[in-house]
Amino acid sequence: MSPEPAGDPDARPGPAGGSEPRTPPGSAVPVGPAPGPRSPVRHAPVRHALGRISSAAFLALVAAFFALPMLWLASAPFDAHPSITVSVPEFTLANFRAILANPYAAGSIVNSVIQAGGAAVLVVVLAALAAYALSRVRVPGRDVLLYVLLLLSSVVTGTAAMVPIFELATRLGLVDTHLGVILVVSGGLLPAAIFILKDFMDATPTSYEESARVFGASPAQILRHIVVPLVRPGLATVAVWAVASVWGGFLMQYILLRDPDKSPSAVVLFTLYTEGGQPDLPLISTFSLLYSLPVVLMYLFVSSRYGFRFHGGIKQ
Amino acid sequence: MISVHGLTKVFPGGVRALDSLDLEIGEGEFFALLGPSGCGKTTLLRTIAGLETPTSGSVVIGGTDVTALPPGRRDVAMVFQDYALFPHMDVTDNISYPLRIRKVPRDRRRARAAEVAGRLSLTELLGRRPGQLSGGQQQRVALARAIACHPRAFLFDEPLSNLDARLRLEARTFLKRLQDELGVTTVFVTHDQGEALALAHRIAVMDAGRVAQVGTPTEVFHRPATTFVASFIGSTPMNLLPGRMGDGALHVAGAVLPAPGDPPGGGDGGDGGDGGEIVYGVRPEYTDLSTTRRDDGFAGEVAVLENLGTATLVTLEGPGHLVQAVVPEGREPALGTTAWAVPRPGRALLYRDDVLVGRA
Amino acid sequence: MNTDAAGLGRSRAVVFALPALVLIGVFLVFPALWTIYLGLTDYRLTGLAAADPQVVGTANYTAALGDERFRSSFWLTAQYVLGSAVIGQAGLGFTLAWTLRGRRGTVRRVVEGLVLLSWILPGSVVAFLWIALLDRDGGTLNALLGTPGAAWLLDHPMLSIIVFNTWRGTAFSMMLYSAALENVPVSHLETARLAGASTLQRLRDVVLPQIRGHVLTNVLLTSLWTFNDFTPFLITAGGPEGRSEILPFYVYNTALRGGQLGFGAAVSFLILLINLVFALAYLRLLRNRREVAV
Repeated sequence: MSPEPAGDPDARPGPAGGSEPRTPPGSAVPVGPAPGPRSPVRHAPVRHALGRISSAAFLALVAAFFALPMLWLASAPFDAHPSITVSVPEFTLANFRAILANPYAAGSIVNSVIQAGGAAVLVVVLAALAAYALSRVRVPGRDVLLYVLLLLSSVVTGTAAMVPIFELATRLGLVDTHLGVILVVSGGLLPAAIFILKDFMDATPTSYEESARVFGASPAQILRHIVVPLVRPGLATVAVWAVASVWGGFLMQYILLRDPDKSPSAVVLFTLYTEGGQPDLPLISTFSLLYSLPVVLMYLFVSSRYGFRFHGGIKQ
Repeated sequence: MISVHGLTKVFPGGVRALDSLDLEIGEGEFFALLGPSGCGKTTLLRTIAGLETPTSGSVVIGGTDVTALPPGRRDVAMVFQDYALFPHMDVTDNISYPLRIRKVPRDRRRARAAEVAGRLSLTELLGRRPGQLSGGQQQRVALARAIACHPRAFLFDEPLSNLDARLRLEARTFLKRLQDELGVTTVFVTHDQGEALALAHRIAVMDAGRVAQVGTPTEVFHRPATTFVASFIGSTPMNLLPGRMGDGALHVAGAVLPAPGDPPGGGDGGDGGDGGEIVYGVRPEYTDLSTTRRDDGFAGEVAVLENLGTATLVTLEGPGHLVQAVVPEGREPALGTTAWAVPRPGRALLYRDDVLVGRA
Repeated sequence: MNTDAAGLGRSRAVVFALPALVLIGVFLVFPALWTIYLGLTDYRLTGLAAADPQVVGTANYTAALGDERFRSSFWLTAQYVLGSAVIGQAGLGFTLAWTLRGRRGTVRRVVEGLVLLSWILPGSVVAFLWIALLDRDGGTLNALLGTPGAAWLLDHPMLSIIVFNTWRGTAFSMMLYSAALENVPVSHLETARLAGASTLQRLRDVVLPQIRGHVLTNVLLTSLWTFNDFTPFLITAGGPEGRSEILPFYVYNTALRGGQLGFGAAVSFLILLINLVFALAYLRLLRNRREVAV
């Protein structure tokens, strides 16, 4: 970023006295009206200050808008008497006991882990194999295939295909099984995963593999020793993305699972607040927090490690 | 040791990279494949390695036809232009990778890596990753990895091109000495004729998928078999001037020169004898400059002076031609004056239809 | 050149790619094709038509187009996409990126963090957070505005889910525009400033022409995703009385809840077609941009 020439007090923590230590040598030409007595446009500083104030007010408003719904999630779980209104909590950890008291809550976390983990492993392994083959071998029709895959992944959404998918799962006996959820969501995630990983593989020079090949390594060894370590960031990206989408996903799990013993947290939480009667706020608040925590931690980890380079599916 | 017969490689799309090429490389030889980019030299090296499958023809290594064998079973080691050091492995693991493929036990692998590393003064770097090494160090690690597996032959693809100019000279000397000590047959690809002349026992100059000439550095330098080789070899390009033979003399660019002496390889001396179009070639290094009029010299105005350090390259602009001559330092003519470039007797080459037919 | 560096060979390449392709074929391609067939039948979840569905031709489509509820659902969907994706997410996302551009430090981190958090929290969690926020009796919004008893979800269901989805999805647009704005050369902006252009003029004359491709990408993608979003169902379930029943909820309510699978499939097919239009437009855009880039 180049410095704001009109004098941005925040962006220029330079020593007082008018020197401009952060301005690179070639660009030290003052651009725009400089604040000061010699300035030809006297009202510029005023307008600038007004601009700063209005942008600060706007940001404060936006921050409040985004924070407001989440305040409840931060306060209610620790409130001895949680209500639906946000209030300063009377601190307690007792609410977390409600999770164990509920017959489905704790188990649903396990179900979420099984389904998200299973789908992530399946997607990463299958997508890596397919992406490698498509990146390195010129199969006839490859480009068309990739184009169609990319198209499909954005067209055939869960919303658009819930009827046939429900019907298909019923006929294959996959309703009320973890496997059914894993297969269905993997089918939806795979095209974009293949696309992301192929990008990563295309970016690695082929001389690594050729070198290993001249030394006698078999294709499987090359994959294991060379390719997988080289594209590990890509594999991690896809794995995190797959886990996050399945963990937070609702619709497919909702239509494929009737048995609450198999249901993941997304579905169990929904039934907790839509079932009749007074909602169990200690349970809903603590369970929501517990269920949200893994994805939040995962994103924090990814953003601290790789920077928040989001690929978000087909978003290139 | 390595021989290829009738090797042809046509890439999908119709590009003919190799055109029924034959080549014999001897045991322990340091052999250069030299040519401009796109001449097929890298394809030839990759075909010997097994990374490319020839369209027709065969590759024989150490008496065995390996044309159908995968690269890993040809017992050759290849050093790539970018070295292809695995970035996720340290130097030890990189050097011992070929032994890992051969299922050599871990401690023996490490011992061998340490031994080879010691030989190439890499011992202190054994624990580092390739990203932490300089270009020269990376090159030596790549060499060490090739040496570690005791191959029958080394294949180097532009081994020096990724180094900066200063380091390249050092690495060149190092490479020559190493090959000498190891005595392993080595084939390397380069587009730099200076590198090929300096390193190789023999050079194959390639042009458009074919071998234009095979010979020792002295042979290809002094007796380029074609005008292509003539213009490609040498640190300054050879003067190639169209001329005519007649009246027992050569008429080239306004100069009258003595008729040719011996033709190459003895034999048919009359070939260059009588009238007809020829191309007259002489290196700037074998061309002297005279500031007084000479009938056996090419006249021209001094157009460019290029300082080569201990000498100067002078370009004369005559009517319809440019001639270059190298003069010792302190002897440069003034720009804009007229001078005569005089070939030294017996140093000029005559080409008819691009093929060497005699000397003059 | 450099094809098949590992010496995989075609047959092994096919073996590598096959499992993924089979899975995609069975659970993505086949359902899409099957939708077409199911949409031409009177298939039902239960009853006589469940055992022996009959092909009824385009009867489902004529029925849908004649159905007042479908037409209203279609109209609500258009409002929802326009309001929350185009105006809400893209508009707010761009304004945020523009305001935050050049800023560093805590303010930027806090604002970005909050916007991102609303994007990554699981759908069923945020749905309840909004139910709590908008609750008629104890909702925080009513407490804040001093409007006890205002039933936002009952009186303004569409507005509620439009604001909700803006809140939910702005992060993507914000990040996309932030990246796009970083690529606008500072020298261009400074030249415009030197010429005395106001902020709006600079946006119109310098920024917009440079990020036009990003705007198009952004609007297409957020529209596509919003159009297919099911999360607001967890808040209103399409109610009250179908006043927030956008097409995804309409399909769920008629097909899986109401049992009219054939009819639901017909409507699904219409959704697929609309998705296809969006996706083709997007891919075309991508391709053009690649050609320009290369």
